[in-house]
Amino acid sequence: MSDLNKLTLSAARDGLRNGDYTSVELTEACLTAIEGAGVLNAFVHNTPEIAREQAKAADARLAAGDAPAMCGLPIGIKDLFATKHVPTQAASAILEGFKPEYESTVTSKLFDAGAVMLGKLNMDEFAMGSSNETSTYGDVISPWRRGNEDTPLTPGGSSGGSAAAVSADLCLAATGTDTGGSIRQPAAFTGIVGIKPTYGRCSRWGIVAFASSLDQAGPMTKSVRDAAIMLETMCGHDMKDSTSADLPVPNFEAMLTGDIRGKKIGIPKEYRLDGTPDEIVKLWDDGAEMLKDAGAEIVDISLPHTKYALPTYYVIAPAEASSNLARYDGVRYGHRATLAEGEGINEMYEKTRAEGFGKEVQRRVMVGTYVLSAGFYDAYYNKARKVRTLIKRDFEDVFAQGVDAILTPATPSPAFGLGEVSDSDPIQMYLNDVFTVTVNLAGLPGISVPAGLSATGLPLGLQLIGKPWEEGDLLNIAHSLEGAAGFVSKPEKWW
Amino acid sequence: MSIDIDTARRVAKLARIRVEEDALPALASEFNAVLGFIEQLSEVDVEGVEPMTSVTPMRLKRRKDGVTDGEMQEKILANAPDAREGFFAVPKVVE
Repeated sequence: MSDLNKLTLSAARDGLRNGDYTSVELTEACLTAIEGAGVLNAFVHNTPEIAREQAKAADARLAAGDAPAMCGLPIGIKDLFATKHVPTQAASAILEGFKPEYESTVTSKLFDAGAVMLGKLNMDEFAMGSSNETSTYGDVISPWRRGNEDTPLTPGGSSGGSAAAVSADLCLAATGTDTGGSIRQPAAFTGIVGIKPTYGRCSRWGIVAFASSLDQAGPMTKSVRDAAIMLETMCGHDMKDSTSADLPVPNFEAMLTGDIRGKKIGIPKEYRLDGTPDEIVKLWDDGAEMLKDAGAEIVDISLPHTKYALPTYYVIAPAEASSNLARYDGVRYGHRATLAEGEGINEMYEKTRAEGFGKEVQRRVMVGTYVLSAGFYDAYYNKARKVRTLIKRDFEDVFAQGVDAILTPATPSPAFGLGEVSDSDPIQMYLNDVFTVTVNLAGLPGISVPAGLSATGLPLGLQLIGKPWEEGDLLNIAHSLEGAAGFVSKPEKWW
Repeated sequence: MSIDIDTARRVAKLARIRVEEDALPALASEFNAVLGFIEQLSEVDVEGVEPMTSVTPMRLKRRKDGVTDGEMQEKILANAPDAREGFFAVPKVVE
């Protein structure tokens, strides 16, 4: 059977259990697809030996009738996840050569459930970026193109390698992480599904830290059903992450009933930004209409502090990053600068970090250092933490009014060309996360569902935001939206 | 709030990132762009609002105060740029 790499997780799972093909065959199909897609620069550390070994073990489990959820399914892993004895660099030169002696909790859970790792995926350096242009491995090129143009486009970021790999059928699904939109924005740009669960659902242990109060892992998949299957495996309490939630993880797939009658869906007026392209506004209106046709009630809501979400994020995230990234000092792992005669430990720190961190990471670490420094801590950092409380309260208020989920666009535009959003104006790039960043600040679950194509033939996504710990309900509403939108487009293979 | 070159130099020093003198003006101007963006927060009334400490209302788990891990010196040193005789080696700190 050909084209096994194009299967969804759910179809491949069923086929494996039926004995239609083996995990080894499925894995080989993906490895071949990866080999032919070097130009996309999505996979940056291939692990074919591990993949073949895991596939054989999975086939044995399948034969023995012991087949957990992800058994035999080949996936890609974002470079931010520590994978034992496999290069883990967070796409940074400062972690050059780093091979962890341990496995992250999330990847452990996936491998325990039988998943097969094809390799590590490109991303923005330390997950700081919205276009995958800050990576030490170079840009990821989206498999999507504008009509007949051959302008290379961004797959989005920071989980750009994950998005490109899933969208180009190099793997069945991939892990991502989301601090301000890094799962949902690339998913929207490449026509796939991406969910960031409630803060605390997935253990952060073994995931290279960016902004610890915002970071969450989640799956990037070809369908909402696949997101439900993979998310369930990734979630669960972990003593090694003190912010991990000790709550039971429901069977998310069983909650995909398709019945959303009586659900109240909020449409926040503050998300109608000036200058949003008509096609995005239309997509949003159409999405609301689809949910209404499925029996949901559409209500207008207000989230008054929305406009302060990005500035709040750009205090809190750099502040936490400056603290988290202090560990990269050239002593314990990664790069250490060569010192000149007479230079001491301070020169070692300063030169190591100047050589190892890219431009955007340096900028954020220094902004974070500034907002935490004596005299500015209250004016910036504490102020931002107070505004964050207000942003969260906005959501609590609408949920208290009976709203079950909130519908918004996922991004303010379709994917842009590499280099098109100027490096000299970081704010322009930050605006990509305008619809997604509120969700991280409030710790809520959010999912991006592909819902249509732009005039230039590029995917557009809608975002649904759910109540804390209600990923099951959120996935069910997303499932209904996915069915109604009927998005089936794939990038035409040019690579 | 405007950041001058001296402040940019001080922040780079605090962050332990070497920035050459001729790169400081551009750095200061980038800081000013980002801080100008953040400045919007000053218009929000936060009177009586608590700063967020935890986004989900959860009590931190407690456990017995005991040793639960350890005895892995080799693993810890495995990725060190310079490890000698069971220690991380660094340039001389004290004269």
